[in-house]
Amino acid sequence: MAKLHISTKINGEPTEFLCDPNDSMLDVLRGPLALTGSKEGCGSGDCGACSVMLDGRLVCSCLMLAAEAEGHEIETIEGMAEGEKLHPLQQKFLEMAALQCGICTPGVLVASKALLEKNQNPTETEVRYWLAGNLCRCTGYDKIVRAVLDTAAEMREAAR
Amino acid sequence: MTDMRYLAPSTLDEAVGAFAAAAGAARILAGGTDLLVQMRAGMVQPGLIVDIKKIPELTSIEETADGGFVVGAAVSGAVLYEHPRFGEVWPGVLEAINLIGSTQVQGRASAGGNLCNGSPAGDSVPAMIAAGATVTVQGPNGRRQMPVEAVPVGPGRTNLTPGEILVSFTLPPRAKGSSDAYLRMIPRTEMDIAVVGCGVNLTLKDGVCTAARVGLGAVAPTVLLVEDAAKALIGSKLDDAAIEAAAAACRAACRPIDDKRGTIVYRTKVAGVLLKRTVAIAADRAGRA
Repeated sequence: MAKLHISTKINGEPTEFLCDPNDSMLDVLRGPLALTGSKEGCGSGDCGACSVMLDGRLVCSCLMLAAEAEGHEIETIEGMAEGEKLHPLQQKFLEMAALQCGICTPGVLVASKALLEKNQNPTETEVRYWLAGNLCRCTGYDKIVRAVLDTAAEMREAAR
Repeated sequence: MTDMRYLAPSTLDEAVGAFAAAAGAARILAGGTDLLVQMRAGMVQPGLIVDIKKIPELTSIEETADGGFVVGAAVSGAVLYEHPRFGEVWPGVLEAINLIGSTQVQGRASAGGNLCNGSPAGDSVPAMIAAGATVTVQGPNGRRQMPVEAVPVGPGRTNLTPGEILVSFTLPPRAKGSSDAYLRMIPRTEMDIAVVGCGVNLTLKDGVCTAARVGLGAVAPTVLLVEDAAKALIGSKLDDAAIEAAAAACRAACRPIDDKRGTIVYRTKVAGVLLKRTVAIAADRAGRA
């Protein structure tokens, strides 16, 4: 099978890779690009563990062909912290133990960051609906939702 | 998986040419939220993927001079949601499209894909049918238009001929006092496939319903336009008798299957219930439009 040569930008860095036409974006992130933060839970767009940002929009990287990245920008969980400095959501998830096994956590964090960029003051209902596509089998969601709401409140306070 | 090629042409002519030349071995990629799942499950093994998202006409939303809308077939639910005017004019169509899947799925999934996937339970289809939307398709023999209800012919099958690509939806201009609504019944609150879906579009003048269309999903091999339900509403003041007659017309139109989501009896009953609730929402909106 002829490989495709794809030029894209990942977490702000111009990136090139070779892929098969039927590789998903997630296959390439986790394989050749060694960005294993994004997880494969279901591979069918149901669980959200592979969530990434494509041109600033939240998508499942398992439901995207790697070839589609040509000319576009991808942000993954690896781009969330600035060096050693965790994003406020990451810090809050640790403080409030909003994770257990951790498989869903990268996707939940990417999705939560996307929410807070659009809506600095979400209601609990808005958080729950926004994250309905991120399945967690450990926490029962309450800790995740509380951590997102607390982070939003702190980020609003910090911005004043 | 067999050898597959990927093309992302920037013109529709190129896309149609490649799609037609592949003679049935190709699949169109819009948001991919159905196609990639089907490929992964081994249900389809395309020799060629034609990604249509680099074609401007397929990804744009245009409000026409007469007040109608032309929505590209590959426009995602999230992009349509962010349009400043579309949801004001067509709240029912928008809520139907936005009910499909999660936030992540909304970032990619399109009404064009929902229609071409051919599921009798596709949420956007009853709302588009109720809206009186038409589609433009382009193939090796040129362009043609048809009403949305003429596109599906059975589960997973459409009226598009080999090489034809769905280009856009055209929604007609709105008379004053018009609005629409979509409701679906699912056994949970979010992220499920409709047991019944109902789209209603109507126009009120001095409290009298002067125009109506009803689309009904998940109760037959294809999504239905229920003309008898519309007839029962038109000319009435949406009184209980008229709405009950429209609900009876919806029940009479049902030819559902029994499956894990609902029985024939249940789906038929719910079709009438949803009609009443959807009419109430559409009428309330129309009263303010």
